[in-house]
Amino acid sequence: MSASMIEITGVTKSFGAFPVLKGITANVNKGEVVCLIGPSGSGKSTILRCINGLESYDGGAITIDGVRVDRSQPSITGIRTAMAMVFQRFNLFPHRTALENVVEGPIFVKKEPAAQAIARGRDLLARVGLGDKVDAYPGQLSGGQMQRVAIARALCMQPKAILFDEPTSALDPELVGEVLSVMKSLAEDGMTMLVVTHEMGFAREVADRVLFLDGGVIVEQGPARDVLGAPSHPRTQDFLRRVLKPI
Amino acid sequence: MQIFLRDAAQFLPLLLQGVKFTLLVTAGSLILSTLLGLVWALMRVSGIGWLALIAKLVVNGLRGIPILVQLFYIYFVLPELGIALSALQASILGLGIAYSAYQSENFRAGIEAVDHGQIEAAQSIGMGWGMMMRRVILPQAVRIVLPPYGNIMVMMLKDSSQASTITVAELTLQGSLIASSTFKNMTVYSLVALLYLCMSLPLIGFVGWLERRFGKETRR
Repeated sequence: MSASMIEITGVTKSFGAFPVLKGITANVNKGEVVCLIGPSGSGKSTILRCINGLESYDGGAITIDGVRVDRSQPSITGIRTAMAMVFQRFNLFPHRTALENVVEGPIFVKKEPAAQAIARGRDLLARVGLGDKVDAYPGQLSGGQMQRVAIARALCMQPKAILFDEPTSALDPELVGEVLSVMKSLAEDGMTMLVVTHEMGFAREVADRVLFLDGGVIVEQGPARDVLGAPSHPRTQDFLRRVLKPI
Repeated sequence: MQIFLRDAAQFLPLLLQGVKFTLLVTAGSLILSTLLGLVWALMRVSGIGWLALIAKLVVNGLRGIPILVQLFYIYFVLPELGIALSALQASILGLGIAYSAYQSENFRAGIEAVDHGQIEAAQSIGMGWGMMMRRVILPQAVRIVLPPYGNIMVMMLKDSSQASTITVAELTLQGSLIASSTFKNMTVYSLVALLYLCMSLPLIGFVGWLERRFGKETRR
């Protein structure tokens, strides 16, 4: 197995007096797709946000290729450009076109030559099936299209890994598939991905490993087949039963 | 009516001189108040405690003192401290500083109204605070801020008449000088009112145009 890229060691975090992460230890290897599942409030999104430095953490350590994630250090910029993020609510820049959204980071943060970034941006939008929406503003796109622009925006940063924070949770059910199929094709191309999701079908089909979180701890982890198909912990079993048969 | 027109033709050149100063005071103080207001607002949202506190104190201080008193202070008190300004300079400075407080509150409201997800998206692609403000937050805040900004512009145009109290011969002062020497109060003040309308109505129209112009790109 290749060396681990994202290393999370004993990470703790509280919001005020409320502990959200109670000593999380996990890792993500290069080229691996890891899904984080668990009930809401279990700390899945918080971990993701800590990796990208959107949240600080109280104890333990998170390192990316050996560099510690620390919001107060200048190195955080490099980490953020390397750990691209896809948000639940897309968070596209509404005053910029699809293409402008995609090339904003490469041109203005990474100072890439504009022509080169724009060419790559166009390719990426075509790749996510939006070659004809290059000049559309986010307000003119559907939720699924917006999320695909957001994925292209993440890809255009040429990141080491992409962090997905419930990328399909804000979508109408009929639009979920188009986003998941783009994510699946990324996984097939060997992109390192850490995905917080409620899409068990996606996790089963695409994830190399699944981590089940509950109450700020990793209750169970392992290959998707095992965790989702034959969960050993009662809390995992209970959660999956409720997710798969909600009524 | 004929008498009105004859008097109007006689007074108008003098009043138009006043219009020139009204426009000068308005434009000068508008630019100054916009720049200063933006500075206060950015200090308030900077996340740096002492900067935010200074801005808050300044803004509340300015809002708590009548504009007239601020004008008098700049025009009559500063010379005693060795800073002598012309009446025009003092009025632009005074109105600009006084209105920067209102501008600042408007800008701050606009900045804080931008969805928090935009900040996270900007941070997640590695933007620092300055670039995020310039490229992500302020362009969106402008849209939110424009309608009240238009209001402030019109208010400043009208409040430029306060410059008359420190001897700037703008429209209101010219008007009252003519009125007191000719006793043609109705003619003079009707003309003055009309001239203010002639300036403020296009301004209101201009703001409407700006709103349409900036709203276009993000229309849902």
